[in-house]
Amino acid sequence: MSRLSVISTDKVNSTTEKLMKEFSQRIIANPPGVCPVDMQLAFLKVCHAQTCGKCVPCRIGLGILEELLESVLDNTATMETLDLIEHTATNIKNSADCAIGFESARMVLAGFEGFKEDYISHVRDHQCTGTFEQPIPCVTLCPAHVDIPGYIALAGEGRCDDAVSLIRKDNPFPTACALICEHPCEARCRRNMIDDSINIRGIKHYVMDKANADTVPVPACAAPTGKKVAIIGGGPAGLTAAYFLQLMGHQTTVFEEKAQLGGMLRYGIPNYRFPRERLKEDIDAILSTGVEVRLNTYIGTDELNKINNTYNAIFIAIGAHAEKKLDLDGGDSGNVISAVDMLREIGDDDYPDFTGKRVLVVGGGNVAMDCARTAIRSNAKTVSIVYRRRKEDMTALPAEVEGAIAEGIELLTLKAPLRIEADKAGNAKALWVQPQIIGPVRGKRPAPRKANKPEERLECDIIIMAVGQDIISAPFEKAGIATRRGQLCADSSGALNRVGMYAGGDCVTGPATVIKAIAAGKVAAANIDEFLGFNHEISVDVEIPEPLLNDKIPCGRVNLGEKESWARKDNFEGIEYTMSDEEALQEASRCLRCDHYGCGVLRGGRQDKW
Amino acid sequence: MVNLTIDNKRVKVPEGTTILKAALTAGVEIPTLCYLENLNEIGACRICCVEIEGKETLVASCNTKVEEGMVIYTSSPKAHYARRMNLQIILSQHDFRCAACHRNGSCSLQKLCADMNINDVPFKQDFEKSEWDLSFPFIRDAGKCIKCMRCVQICDKVQSLNVWDIVNTGKRTSVGLSKMRTITEADCSICGQCITHCPTGALHERDDVRKVMDAISDPDKIVVAQVAPAVRAAWGEGLKLPEEMATEKRMAAAIRALGVDYVFDTNFGADLTIMEEANEFVERMTHHTHYQWPMFTSCCPGWVRFVKSQYPAMTKQLSTAKSPQQMFGAVTKTYFAEKVLDVDPEKIFCVSIMPCTAKKAECALPNINDAGAGRDVDAVLTTREFDRMLRSELICPESLEEEEFDSPLGMGTGAGVIFGATGGVMEAALRTAYYILNKENPKPDAFKIVRGLDGVKEASVEIAGIPIKAAVVHGLGNTRKLIEKIQSGEAEYDFVEIMACPGGCSGGGGQPVTEGLEMAGERGKKLYALDESNPLRFSHENPSVIMLYKQYLEKPLSHKAHKLLHTNHMG
Repeated sequence: MSRLSVISTDKVNSTTEKLMKEFSQRIIANPPGVCPVDMQLAFLKVCHAQTCGKCVPCRIGLGILEELLESVLDNTATMETLDLIEHTATNIKNSADCAIGFESARMVLAGFEGFKEDYISHVRDHQCTGTFEQPIPCVTLCPAHVDIPGYIALAGEGRCDDAVSLIRKDNPFPTACALICEHPCEARCRRNMIDDSINIRGIKHYVMDKANADTVPVPACAAPTGKKVAIIGGGPAGLTAAYFLQLMGHQTTVFEEKAQLGGMLRYGIPNYRFPRERLKEDIDAILSTGVEVRLNTYIGTDELNKINNTYNAIFIAIGAHAEKKLDLDGGDSGNVISAVDMLREIGDDDYPDFTGKRVLVVGGGNVAMDCARTAIRSNAKTVSIVYRRRKEDMTALPAEVEGAIAEGIELLTLKAPLRIEADKAGNAKALWVQPQIIGPVRGKRPAPRKANKPEERLECDIIIMAVGQDIISAPFEKAGIATRRGQLCADSSGALNRVGMYAGGDCVTGPATVIKAIAAGKVAAANIDEFLGFNHEISVDVEIPEPLLNDKIPCGRVNLGEKESWARKDNFEGIEYTMSDEEALQEASRCLRCDHYGCGVLRGGRQDKW
Repeated sequence: MVNLTIDNKRVKVPEGTTILKAALTAGVEIPTLCYLENLNEIGACRICCVEIEGKETLVASCNTKVEEGMVIYTSSPKAHYARRMNLQIILSQHDFRCAACHRNGSCSLQKLCADMNINDVPFKQDFEKSEWDLSFPFIRDAGKCIKCMRCVQICDKVQSLNVWDIVNTGKRTSVGLSKMRTITEADCSICGQCITHCPTGALHERDDVRKVMDAISDPDKIVVAQVAPAVRAAWGEGLKLPEEMATEKRMAAAIRALGVDYVFDTNFGADLTIMEEANEFVERMTHHTHYQWPMFTSCCPGWVRFVKSQYPAMTKQLSTAKSPQQMFGAVTKTYFAEKVLDVDPEKIFCVSIMPCTAKKAECALPNINDAGAGRDVDAVLTTREFDRMLRSELICPESLEEEEFDSPLGMGTGAGVIFGATGGVMEAALRTAYYILNKENPKPDAFKIVRGLDGVKEASVEIAGIPIKAAVVHGLGNTRKLIEKIQSGEAEYDFVEIMACPGGCSGGGGQPVTEGLEMAGERGKKLYALDESNPLRFSHENPSVIMLYKQYLEKPLSHKAHKLLHTNHMG
């Protein structure tokens, strides 16, 4: 035996490492709907296998917890067992020596708290509350429940027109989602168990480039019902509701305050991410169903009450277009711009000129990235993002942050804005910030606190405030619609407290994603149809290809390329490349077809209509 | 067409054919277990897995479509090993005390294990414990459930009642009642289709054989048996009798051989039902505005349970006529006891042999017993129980001579016997309604348009200048669709016959099980043949029925008939 030795990787270790990595992938792909208590027990077994065995609570206690949980699942537990689980876990948390023990117990307690109903259901009814209603992970996690395995299979056969028709059954904004969807569908893709999630949005991007939305005809509308529905707001939620209600035979009128349709798709997302001509493809298709549009038409309290008399139902989808303000000294100085205002002007093709200017953007969300990247494209000399937390705490999509960095944008993190210093003319010339230290987790994120460092002065010519948006809900509140913290209170059907009035999208949820707004429009359309006394079905006549019999050998995921940063940062043209035919075919063939394999074939696999 | 090779044989099949079906054309029958054509093609049991040349993993042949040039081996070492081991894995969670099982001898799993030469299980056995109300007309034995999901599918897709659901996840995934209900809360029609489609003994009728044998061996009891029309078309299947041996007269002999005192026929009850129901229909038609339309038949207790739970407001549209079983029971314990035997009706034990599980619930309804001597029908045996009873009593029907039913309640017409097939009640009722309105018989086959296995059959007939729109439905999914059409005004009828089971009582949930085959059509044909060969084709010509009215009930819809033969269905 030598006195010291170099660690070498043996087969056991390397295999274990590999399996651990695969295990974490499997956790990512945890199917929706499984029994939470059963999962808790499985976690606990992993935790217990990790114990070194030195200390009593961890070595023995975790085993006892396992048995108690097992008894809950085996229908032999009583309500007293649940108390014992809680006391045992609390004791392990309090008395274990290291994290292997106390963190295991903490997880049990968190689950006990979070899904106690399920524990009780097992004890009382001998059943868990888990359901198989939507067993396809991507379809379940897509707020609009788009038939993803279906359109991927169609794309794989080159049937892009059919793919567009299939997507439209649930979502009339296929192009928007192809380019800018946050793709929650990919999060738990079962393909993670083999290698990596399918590039679902990438495939959709390919589909929409092959079959532009305005070239694929929309389905025929049902016979006119004679009912009229007013839609307030021409963004994704409003236009989605309008599209489906038209298909159901109702006549809709969209009232849009601004000069053009699109809502945040136009007035929030810059052209380089979602070129306007592509937005027009979706909107033209939607309007081809016969939607009436009134642009530059503001609906306030009086107007709402007036249209309430002439329409059979109203859907409010006004979005969240008011700027949120930081209460900073000097906040009203010249050259302090709100993100909302800037993006709105760009929406109507009114681009700023920042030639030679030093620009600071305050905020860490997607809007902050949009503003920073817009500033760079408007000839700014320098652009920096000022954020009070760390880069990894930013709410913007990681790809957006990386894109900004690649375009030469500086991240100034852990700096909390204090005040704005103005010159004699009253124009901002510097932002004073207080350096922060990242601290304990509060809520879900680590919270920053004041660092023991002096204030800093960041010189600048322009400050763009991108710290969030608010909803202009006051006129609706005045009309008797209930609100909570500025958000309209719609129930899960979209209904408001006034009969015949519905709402959805950002004005109900606060600033969220386009696919959530689309889903809200779809839900509202169905429930407005019911409210009007109908039961129209939305369906599509597309035959889905049989699954391929590929052996599922691991294969890398095709990611979409972007234009080189030097070629993109001085213009507003689209920056994302699409897949080649070859890439799309390979990517589509990676899909595991959970609509056919696994429980998709048994329950809820495909909803042909809604 | 697609060309492929299966077990070294070249075959050509239409595009979209499954490997399972394609193999049949190559003469290969791939074993299946969970598969149920068109209803359950979910590839869950993995018994039908086959190997495709060039592919690492096996595929389920039941739901994989053929592709051009495929080379398939149905029993390669890999496929064969998987088939056997998956059976052993299933057995590790299956209570295979086969000797004491209802399905011993008719169990698909048992047969498959024998065929695949399974003679050991190398795994620990651990099966689910049952929690079930054993007094319910059918039993679910969780320890025998192999989670093939057929019961879930048949109840969802064919019967539209969604009684069953997949419950729990992970290793505890099982079949249970949907929406956390118990079986008594689940709006189950007790049609028994889940039982006849269960591959194992996990679902079976409550066995009432003992109760009947106790009555037979009680010297103080007079045991009166009635046997439903559809039983005679199926009883031989469970005994593997050759078709020519399984006649209705040999069935009568077999029932008598059990020690029953009187062997009667539900066909008599059916004829009596027609007398009441056809007259009721004519009465309703001639006072059209007094009633809600259409009038529904009421002889199927599965359907009656369905309408009461799903469309309670329509319950009063049911004919108030009791079912043949219950009419028979009421008449047995009154007329037969008083006028024919002159005995205390309490001494009579009335047993019926039915193709049906819902009949076990019907005879126990609180307000259906009007004879005043306990239950009008004391026990109901399904065809399967009847077959098992014959076997256990060592009765060998092949060695019995044919015998007649007893008189007077053993007399039935051709109109009565077709009650056992979808459309039969309607046809029998129209034959007699025609007679009531025209005072003469139609041609016996005048209304045969309502025969056959189409899900919904419609007929517009005119009798004595009165146009009658009739519909015949079988299967509760079809029923739901029809009722929704009626409710929306899309369809309008005067008279609708509904039977809960696909094919009617012939396909009843109490009939023998033949794996993979729907026998209702074949059995129905036998009933129509019996109708044709019967010299009496009209219920109103049944001499025993005529005598009953003459001696006891006076006339159809009389006060006495109402008391004994009608119900408000509110029990």
